[in-house]
Amino acid sequence: MTNAQSRTHTIVKKYGNEMLAGWMNELSGSLRTDRRISQSELSAQTREFLALLETASSSDGIQNLEGAQWTPLRDFLDSISRSRAEQGFSSDETAMFIFSFKKPLFERLRKDFGDNPQLLAEETWNATELLDKLGLHTIKSFQRAREAVINRQQEELLELSTPVVKLWEGILALPMIGTLDSARTQVVMESLLQRIVETGSETAIIDITGVPTVDTLTAQHLLKTVTAIRMMGADCIISGIRPQIAQTIVHLGIDLQGITTKATLADALALALKRMGFAVSRTKG
Amino acid sequence: MERIPILGMGRFLLVTIQIEMDDGVALRLQEDLTARIEKTGARGVLIDISALEMVDSFIGRMIGNISAMSHILNARTVLIGMQPAVAITLVELGLTLTGVKTALNVERGMALLAASDEDGEDASGQE
Repeated sequence: MTNAQSRTHTIVKKYGNEMLAGWMNELSGSLRTDRRISQSELSAQTREFLALLETASSSDGIQNLEGAQWTPLRDFLDSISRSRAEQGFSSDETAMFIFSFKKPLFERLRKDFGDNPQLLAEETWNATELLDKLGLHTIKSFQRAREAVINRQQEELLELSTPVVKLWEGILALPMIGTLDSARTQVVMESLLQRIVETGSETAIIDITGVPTVDTLTAQHLLKTVTAIRMMGADCIISGIRPQIAQTIVHLGIDLQGITTKATLADALALALKRMGFAVSRTKG
Repeated sequence: MERIPILGMGRFLLVTIQIEMDDGVALRLQEDLTARIEKTGARGVLIDISALEMVDSFIGRMIGNISAMSHILNARTVLIGMQPAVAITLVELGLTLTGVKTALNVERGMALLAASDEDGEDASGQE
């Protein structure tokens, strides 16, 4: 292994600039029409990659990518993957950055070891293995970066979608938007119950106008929320049930008995005001 | 031995749970309360659980049972001030306390009891 590794090191050190040109050629071929990344940025990245590869391959353990001497290169690839993910590149485009280095490297190897087939095969294999590992690492961190973005957006969505509104003294409303899954229901339920305790409101209106579909699971979540509200000593009205959803609920055989439902938020508010003894009247014309 | 005090307020009884309920305490409360209702002929019981932070399935069931027992002894039960965490836990445990009346605070619970007392026998236990 020591031989193979020092050979890689030697080749990178000796023919670095030459391969760099070949690599840039490959890269610009596939990215010519791309405006997300500039040529100069790309060439800076390739140069840094080669420099780091040279340092990393100078010591032992070329096969072990988790080793300490690979850390700078790994970090560099991580940062590239992150920026690619943010710029909107796909995972294969990101991996191509590494894989397109194969061609110039193999050409170099052929020139150097062309007279010795056995050595050439061995060297090619070593180089392939190394670049594959680096490429896979890039994809892995690319995906991690993407997942981090998705997670962050999910959390933001969760926070955005649970505003508890005070409609009147003693009347709270919760306009729900989007699909109701278990995690969201939990957050919604908690924030609504908390607000009921804080404000001492007697009536809570859950408006599901923005909920696209209702299935048995969604209905069960709704029922749970209503039950929890009732146990705390407040009343709950569900409003904003669209005709399609009313049909679905009946077709699914969901039992909403004992729960007050209204077609619109206005109807629900009118009922809540009436229950509290308020009357709305018109003073003009 | 910890006991939960039962206070008489006119025709009603007030039970304030200020300590962590364990099984023994809950069982003693059940006995004390039923005995007290029988002795005083109380028409309503207010159980204030606003200080109760944690419940398990046993305590949840006990609350339901105590309410049902009082009902049989002709006293309406109103559960007061359940905390959000407790309500969520009970729902997740599948204990919906059907038939138990609830109120947000003692004032409203009192009004509820007074109303159901005036309405007579058939006003309670509809839900």
